[in-house]
Order: sequence, then C-alpha cells, then structure tokens
Amino acid sequence: MSGTPGGPASRATAARHVYRDRLVTLMAADPRVVCVDTDTGLFTGTDFGPAAGRYLDLGIAEHTAMAAAAAMARAGWVPFVNTMSTFASTRALESVKINIAYNELPVRIFATHGGVAAGHLGFTHFALEDLAVMRALPGMAVVVPADASATASVVEQSAAIGGPLYVRLGRKATAPLPEGTEPAVIGQVQRLREGEDTVIVCCGPHPVLAGLEAADLLASWGVGATVLNAHTLCPFDQATLLDCAATAALVVTVEEHRTTGGLGGLVAEVLAEFAPRRVLRIGLPDVLAPGVGPQEEILKRHGLHAEGIAARVRAALESQPLAWSAS
Amino acid sequence: MNATLTRADPGASSLREIADRLRGRIIDMCGGDEGGHLGGSLSVVDILSVLYFGVLRLDTQDAGHPDRDIFLLSKGHAALALYAVLAERGFLPAEELDSFGATGSRLAGHPMRAVPGVEMPTGSLGHGLALGLGFALAARLGGQPRRVFVLTGDGELQEGSCWEAAGCAAAQRSDALTAIVDANGLQLGGRVADLGAPGALADRWSAFGWSVRECDGHDQAALADALAGVPWQPGRPSVLIAHTQKGYGVGFIAGQVASHYATLSERQHGRARAALAAHIRRQS
Repeated sequence: MSGTPGGPASRATAARHVYRDRLVTLMAADPRVVCVDTDTGLFTGTDFGPAAGRYLDLGIAEHTAMAAAAAMARAGWVPFVNTMSTFASTRALESVKINIAYNELPVRIFATHGGVAAGHLGFTHFALEDLAVMRALPGMAVVVPADASATASVVEQSAAIGGPLYVRLGRKATAPLPEGTEPAVIGQVQRLREGEDTVIVCCGPHPVLAGLEAADLLASWGVGATVLNAHTLCPFDQATLLDCAATAALVVTVEEHRTTGGLGGLVAEVLAEFAPRRVLRIGLPDVLAPGVGPQEEILKRHGLHAEGIAARVRAALESQPLAWSAS
Repeated sequence: MNATLTRADPGASSLREIADRLRGRIIDMCGGDEGGHLGGSLSVVDILSVLYFGVLRLDTQDAGHPDRDIFLLSKGHAALALYAVLAERGFLPAEELDSFGATGSRLAGHPMRAVPGVEMPTGSLGHGLALGLGFALAARLGGQPRRVFVLTGDGELQEGSCWEAAGCAAAQRSDALTAIVDANGLQLGGRVADLGAPGALADRWSAFGWSVRECDGHDQAALADALAGVPWQPGRPSVLIAHTQKGYGVGFIAGQVASHYATLSERQHGRARAALAAHIRRQS
C-alpha cells in the first residue's frame, strides 16, 4: 500500500497542499476567485500577495460558509470553499443543496480528509457517504483526483465548469499514478490497464493504487483485469465504462466509501440500465472494525488493499452468481 | 450611482395606503384552494412597505442591476407579502397575484428565483442571514455601496444556523448587513417565548456583536427612521427588532396562533376583508 512512512509517497506533496498552492496561483491570475475558509488551517502562513483580501476565514461555520459562497457566486465571484469532506457533505448539506446546487452556482467545494484519511481522529472525521450525497445533488460535478498532479489539474480545469463542483481530497501524500498515465480530464474515465477477464473500476488515490496492484496479482494467477480510474463520478463517462465492460464477465468497483450510492452504486446503476453484468462492489462496510489507526491500516483491515481485492475478485470469478431465494 | 437605481416614489399613495392594499391582496391570496401563511405575511407588511418604498435602491427595469440593494426574505413563508409588494413596486403585474399557488404558477408558497425581484429562493428557515452575509462580503470585495437587508422571523431564530451566521457577520465586521426581526411572538404551534431561548432578544443580538434597535413594527415612520440610517455603528451589522402582531389588520385573527396558515372560504374571505376595512377606517 502506498503512503507508508519512509516510502516514496512520504517525499511527495499531499494533494491538499498542491491544491492550496494552485489556488493561490489561480487567485493571482483570476480576480474573481475567492478563497472561503472554515478554520481548516490549510492556509496558515500562506502568502496570498495582492489577493490577500480575497481570503476569507469565516470560522467554524460550514453552513454559513456554503450559503455565503452561494451569494458571492450569485454576485459574480468564484468562491472556493474549504472544509473537511464530512462537514461539506453532511453537516452543511442543506446549505449546499438549497443555496448552491438548486441555484446551479459555480461554487467550488474542496473537501479534505475524504474517506478514512483522518484515521487517527476517529469516525466523526471520516467521510464515507460524501460521494453518494454529492452525487445525488442536481448539477453537482463530483471529482476525486487520484494523485497530486491530477489535483493540480482539477483546480485549473474547474474554470470550465459552469455549475457547482465537489472535489474530495485526502490528507497525506500518496504515490503518483504510474508514469505514462494520460492526464486526468474531468468527465473522462482513465484507462490504466487492459485485461480480458474483468474490469476493476476504482475511485480515489488508495483504491486506484490498490486496484493496479491487485491487477498484477491477478495476472500472476492468469486473470486479466482492465483497471479504470473513475475520478469523475459526475458527470460520469458511461461510454468508457460500457465499452470496457462489453466483454467482461464481472465488473468490480473499489472505493474508499461505503458501497451504497458512491462509485459502486453508480456503476451498478449504469450497467443495470444499459448492459446488465455481474457487479462486485468493494468498499467499506456499514459498521467499521473498531479501533483508530493510519488510513492504510484501516483500509487493509477491511480488505481494501491489493491482496484483499485480488482475492475477492478471484473468488467472485470462480463462483457462480449469488442465487437469490425468497425462502 | 446609476440614475436608474432609485428608491420608489410612493406617488399618490401614502405608505399607509400601500400597506393597506398589500394586506387586502394577501387576504385574497389566502382564498385560493391551498390557502397561505396569512398571519406572518400580515405582520411584515409595514416592514416591506417601508423597505420597498423608502429604503431599497432598486431598478424594476433591471432586477439584476449590479449596484442594487439586496433584500432577502429569510422567513420565506411570508411570500404572499413579498409578492404583493413586488407587484406594488412594479416587478410583477398585479393580476399575477391571482395565480398564487395555482398549478403552473411561479408564485409558490415560498419564493423562487423565477419571480422577478427575488434574489435567492428561501423557505427552509435559517439561511437568509448567511446568504445576506455573502452578498455583503461580495459587495465589500467589489467596493460596491450595496446594502443588504434580511427579514427573519422571531420563531426562525430557533434555527441554530441563524446564530452561526450572526456570529460570523459580526466577526467579519459586516456593516453592510442589516437584519430585521419580525417579532410577532408567535409561531405555528404556540408562543415563541415558550419554545425558543429565554431572555430578551435584544440582549442576544447585542451579545453577538450586533448593533441593536427596537421599534413598533407597524409604525412606518419609526421603521423608516431606523432603516434609513444603517449602519448605526461602523463595523457592526445592524438588527432592528420590529415588534409586530401576527395577523395585524384583521381583528378576529390578529394575535392568534391559528392565524399562521389559513385557507379562507368565500365567507371567511369576506369576513377578513370586512375586518381589514374596519381596521383601515379606524386608522383614518
């Protein structure tokens, strides 16, 4: 698993810090961009230069920050709101829904500590429903960059998005995607690896890296896996999924999220409607195993690591589809 | 300032006559199949009359004029009063008020942006102050002279988000923001005093760092005097606690909890209109 202490990822820059730096650059270039903070600490010591007046720390007030950002957007500004994923998606939800989404306003919500990135802080700081929640809002673009360079690119690409945008980031640095990976384009599924037997659709830094490693393991067992990075859940690139899934007996989803309503739900919906396939959703369960710990440890504990994914894919391929019985 | 941005000239009508007319239209709108929030609409009529015909700088030909003042009806259920005053001010044809609540009408029970002059949809309580703060911050960023007025209910202040925004506005020294509390003392299920936080409302706002004044919310001269001079203290948001009566102007429902929502039958509508006429006669 990536991001282990002393590993390559620890020398990299965390996506949230890359985002911060790119936002500062964007604020210098675009005088309409406003940084709305909620006492996250992400911008402590940041030099905004002449744009300093457009950094507004509204305090620990996420509901207020979302509404204020909506009003600012209505007045012609482009606010970037900063908070943690759990607060953006559930605490401030009504404000996001009514004030931002229903009004189709170009507010950019950059939410850190997605999934179990705050593993040591406990479950109040986990965000395991945010993708399902945000995906349900009308017009909301939902993006989970898989590495730091994709995060930087998303900040720049956001200018082309006319409505609201939710971007889920993590906390610590993670390894970059393999060299040669095509740049992440919002709205396009990335094809990372081709294989014939199964399609593994991943979302988020750890799931993508683990999915690629799992594909290596599966290959060593004679199973060919296509690996997709579905970094954009909304708008979703159905065409690429359907193309890749056309000949696969099994489509697997891997996400740092509960299996309800997020990537797994999305892929199941698309396949059920256009090309029914057997789907295996891998994610976090409703009830997590007790105990805090590093993000990687919590993911491993729940089978969200290469070995866990590969084993479940192989078992699914070797078994018959689950029979449903009313008895 | 752009010449088209003006405070309204009430013309031949006095503010009192305007308010009386608005009350009649609100009663009429409650005669539809679905009825409406009658009591809390009647209580804000004098506040809205003073705002739209003496305070707000608006352009009926260009509802989105960049330098206009902003009004937000945080207690969105008083939409009837807002529609009536928007029609009176020229944003809507008066005859459109007859469509309130009808299938396909843009005049919903809570205001939507499809209605000219409505800045943001409201109705879920506890959002207006934060929205107003955002407009005020945006105006400051842009160096605009815009002022922002938010009308809340006193029952609405039970929503915690109101106080989150109130604290934030004070911290931001947002003196372009003015809140007006329609303090009619009643909510759907009873007295605000029995269901909300105890103690004087003015003390609470003051403790949150706002500049506070109180007045009779049906005294148009007092309302105009207070609102014309905002901000009262540089660097502080202002709040005017307007003491009103729910159902004001319709004697047999005034001050009654049951006035909150009404679907008036033809007979009840006639009775309410007669009561309003009697109220108008008593004033003159």
